[in-house]
Amino acid sequence: MSHIVIVGAGECGARAAFALREKRFEGGITLIGAEPHLPYERPPLSKDGLAGAEPPKYIAGPERYEEARITVLTGVPVEAIDRRQRAVRLADGRAIHYGRLLLATGARPRALPGAPENSGRIRMLRTHADALAIRRALAPGRKLVIIGGGFIGLELAATARKLGAEVVLIEGLPRVLSRGVPEEIADVVAERHRQEGVEIVCGVRIAAVEADDDGARVLFADGTGRLADLIVVGIGAIPNTGLAEAAGILVENGIAVDERLRTSDPDIYAAGDCCSFPLSLYQGRRVRLEAWRNAQDQGTLAAANLMGANEPVASVPWFWSDQYELTLQIAGLADGAVTTVRRDLTDGAFILFHLDGEGRLIAASGIGPGNAVARDIRLAEMLIAAGSRPDPAALSSPESKLKKLLAA
Amino acid sequence: MSSNWVEVCAADDIDEEDVIRFDHDGRTFAVYRSPDDEYFATDGLCTHEHIHLADGLVMDDIIECPKHNGRFNYKTGQAKGAPVCVNLRTYPVKVEAGSVFIAIS
Repeated sequence: MSHIVIVGAGECGARAAFALREKRFEGGITLIGAEPHLPYERPPLSKDGLAGAEPPKYIAGPERYEEARITVLTGVPVEAIDRRQRAVRLADGRAIHYGRLLLATGARPRALPGAPENSGRIRMLRTHADALAIRRALAPGRKLVIIGGGFIGLELAATARKLGAEVVLIEGLPRVLSRGVPEEIADVVAERHRQEGVEIVCGVRIAAVEADDDGARVLFADGTGRLADLIVVGIGAIPNTGLAEAAGILVENGIAVDERLRTSDPDIYAAGDCCSFPLSLYQGRRVRLEAWRNAQDQGTLAAANLMGANEPVASVPWFWSDQYELTLQIAGLADGAVTTVRRDLTDGAFILFHLDGEGRLIAASGIGPGNAVARDIRLAEMLIAAGSRPDPAALSSPESKLKKLLAA
Repeated sequence: MSSNWVEVCAADDIDEEDVIRFDHDGRTFAVYRSPDDEYFATDGLCTHEHIHLADGLVMDDIIECPKHNGRFNYKTGQAKGAPVCVNLRTYPVKVEAGSVFIAIS
């Protein structure tokens, strides 16, 4: 195995590249990214990073790639995978041969049907360039309309308020964060935004989104609407599967991989936002996770398996979001829960533990100021991984230490 | 190099296999009690982002950052892999008459 090529220079691809060297891979490593920058951290783009803007927060400086003998090609999209020649073809005409290939192509934001994509006044947020463009349009008194009440939309709302913009957030469903976040926690988040003066409009159907030189408008089906200087659409992401599909690799809501992150081609692996994989911890259910930690964990795992380790995915899904002083953390997947137990911590922080019909802990969701919930969520994650059935009374009582449950 | 011993807390104020935050003179530290009942001290903030390590979880001789799970060996300060790559500074600790002291240089 002389040469490993990684397509996609985001968190996952970069992590995989370094992990190969940490695991003493001696062959060549080429990391290829379409963006002009070295790999950078995306989570800050909707948070403080948006406010800070230039330059992006690099995952590693150029000297670390040099030391690790990782060839990084930036600003060059990959156009095709030639499986017969075992090579990727780049937009500039070069072909790069691989012994094994990792696809870490990520995801792109879902466009609002019928809305002009990335016009000056209608934007989406995924890249550093997107964040810069949004940052430039935000100033005290500017009107920002955000379409989509998920993590990206809500984090952007909080950041935009810090920058003094007036913010309206529009969600088509009856509440914000309906995907994967319990209502009790979503309510805390929504209330916090309202305190900061964000107008949250839920349960409306958007009839049209328009923009011209003078401004932008969102029109609702009931005839009302909102005016904006800038509209940002944050309604989810679509996995970048085009290269894999064109090469005849199996795709199933993402590049389909097995528990070892191997695609339908045994020499090609996929990891991070772009892939769907079976989670044995949840009865082999096929999921796709758009999350920073998943990108890291799978980058590391893919590196091991590219070198023949043959290890399965073992990590528990984990997400976090920062809005104002609040941090929300979720471990596990809560759907399928039949019982929820609440544990109240100090300063208004609380955690919800989600148990299935057999009393097994399958998820924990928490919110609070700073890192108030972090330690207990981390312990919950370990309890979930261990398949434990903790005593609900112990979970609900803040005096009983979760670490003791883990040892039990 | 002159060291300055500063009293942190009573030895019993830190649980076994746990950590507390200690602020002194504009600086912040994390002070640990290991599962084998020894005491250690490091800088209080993760070297990846400015996050207080004392909100994190202690497991054996590892402290894990509460934000991004960066791990350090709190006995040596050694960074244990992504996303952290810069080691933590450590400080000498002593326990005298039931109190914990750290040497701040």
